[in-house]
Amino acid sequence: MKAIIQAENFASSLVGTLWTPIFVGIFVAIVVYALWPRNKSLFDAAARMPLRED
Amino acid sequence: MGEAGLALGFVVFAFVSFLGMAMGHDAAFSFHAALACAASLISVIVICNRYLDRPAELPPAEIGGRPNYNLGPIKFASAMAMFWGIAGFTVGLIIAMQLAWPALNFDLPWTTFGRLRPLHTSAVIFAFGGNVLIATSFYVVQKTCRTRLAGDLAPWFVVVGYNFFILIAGTGYLLGVTQSKEYAEPEWYADFWLTIVWVTYLLVFLMTLVKRKEPHIFVANWFYLAFIITIAVLHLGNNPALPVSFLGSKSYIAWGGVQDAMFQWWYGHNAVGFFLTAGFLAIMYYFIPKRAERPVYSYRLSIIHFWALIFLYIWAGPHHLHYTALPDWAQTLGMTFSIMLWMPSWGGMINGLMTLSGAWDKLRTDPVLRMMVVSVAFYGMSTFEGPMMSIKVVNSLSHYTDWTIGHVHSGALGWVGFVSFGALYCLIPWLWNRQLYSLKLVNWHFWISTIGIVLYISAMWVSGILQGLMWRAYTSLGFLEYSFIESVEAMHPFYIIRAAGGALFLAGALIMAFNLWMTVNAGRASETEGAAALQPAE
Repeated sequence: MKAIIQAENFASSLVGTLWTPIFVGIFVAIVVYALWPRNKSLFDAAARMPLRED
Repeated sequence: MGEAGLALGFVVFAFVSFLGMAMGHDAAFSFHAALACAASLISVIVICNRYLDRPAELPPAEIGGRPNYNLGPIKFASAMAMFWGIAGFTVGLIIAMQLAWPALNFDLPWTTFGRLRPLHTSAVIFAFGGNVLIATSFYVVQKTCRTRLAGDLAPWFVVVGYNFFILIAGTGYLLGVTQSKEYAEPEWYADFWLTIVWVTYLLVFLMTLVKRKEPHIFVANWFYLAFIITIAVLHLGNNPALPVSFLGSKSYIAWGGVQDAMFQWWYGHNAVGFFLTAGFLAIMYYFIPKRAERPVYSYRLSIIHFWALIFLYIWAGPHHLHYTALPDWAQTLGMTFSIMLWMPSWGGMINGLMTLSGAWDKLRTDPVLRMMVVSVAFYGMSTFEGPMMSIKVVNSLSHYTDWTIGHVHSGALGWVGFVSFGALYCLIPWLWNRQLYSLKLVNWHFWISTIGIVLYISAMWVSGILQGLMWRAYTSLGFLEYSFIESVEAMHPFYIIRAAGGALFLAGALIMAFNLWMTVNAGRASETEGAAALQPAE
């Protein structure tokens, strides 16, 4: 029982320690995606979406 | 199928609420059960009539290759938004005058400040703002996905069910039913009903996204989705309660002590962040480009804006609990994230304003666009002020004073109010296929309301800082220099100025209601076919 609690504490403290770098990593990936040169044409088209009439 | 199921559900619900009405422990609960019973029976009749009247086939998703948009629920929600807006602004004016002249309480329990204040906040935020958000989200998601809204009865259930929640919540406040959590006052049964409505809202929105004809999901839909999901999570997190009896209105919250306070302001600040910000940013990203006839200034910035807001906002709540029993580290965390929010907020503001590049001249000729652009400027101003007030030393002066009230109203009247007015001025003519009745009246609305806001917020700045300084002033002997009542007395002139500002804001909204009413009922049809079913504008 004690071992389980210790393992749980270890796991939760690991997640607690790591989620700052994990979230930062996800956010950096999003920024890279947004600024990636090849995505420019997609985003330029998307920026005009409200203007299109059907 | 769906119709039979829903009608049957309402029959059962009518029976259950009839029992609740007969056996209720307090008058307010019985009254609400009676309302629920009546509403259920009316729903059954309406659903059955609708079934008998409509053709056997459901409305087609497309007519002649063009999407057959579902506009009925949007018309309903935008008309309700106008109605609740007027109601909420009026109650706000009444309580502003009560603060200046307390005799206006009339010494009646139902009209005291304590009961009317949540009526005002809920009416403007959840009733007015909520209906604007539901209406515009249903419109924008259909247009940018080029598909009909998912569900047949479900969108109607969302708009009518949501307004029924408002009715229960609002009448409850007047009768003294409250769980005493700011912006989350409705009691357990109203919360339960809102959960059902909100999950349906999420499903309708999600399913519409799923069946979209456009490969890309436009950024406004991301903001709407974040708003809907986060409000669901916040609502469930803040409201778990144990009713004293299932036949009475009183309940006790599951959380205790400082945990309860932390949950409350995690909820409270993210209601600001995701209801009053993310949702209305979605309006900004669709309606400003549309009205200015310019593309979004930087779509890349909009993506970064969105995710930065999502990652940061959820941590800012503890700044409402500076210098309380909340651990110091949590206060500092809340303050730090609030300051970091400067960046996405201003990024978003710049993106909204710069969308006018190449179309700045339209600000002179189009008061609707001007209203929306000024709203973005107010967004920039209040999102500068907010992080500043979250800094602990500033907060030690501003907290519990009128400065907070002024800050909230520069965001609420300037940002949320104006961007909603702008969206409604666009939406109502589009929905009813009319031309706007009078641009001149929009101009009047704009200027009267702007002067009202300036009077309001500058009065509250002065009174708030004065109040804060009076509370912390010491004499040379170390005694407090002013008694509390002296600080109250010093507020009096500012309360009058504030009420005058509120009166101007209400006057502007009345002009708007008249303008929109005339647009629908006496306006000229726009170039395409007009004769959509008429519906009152408020």
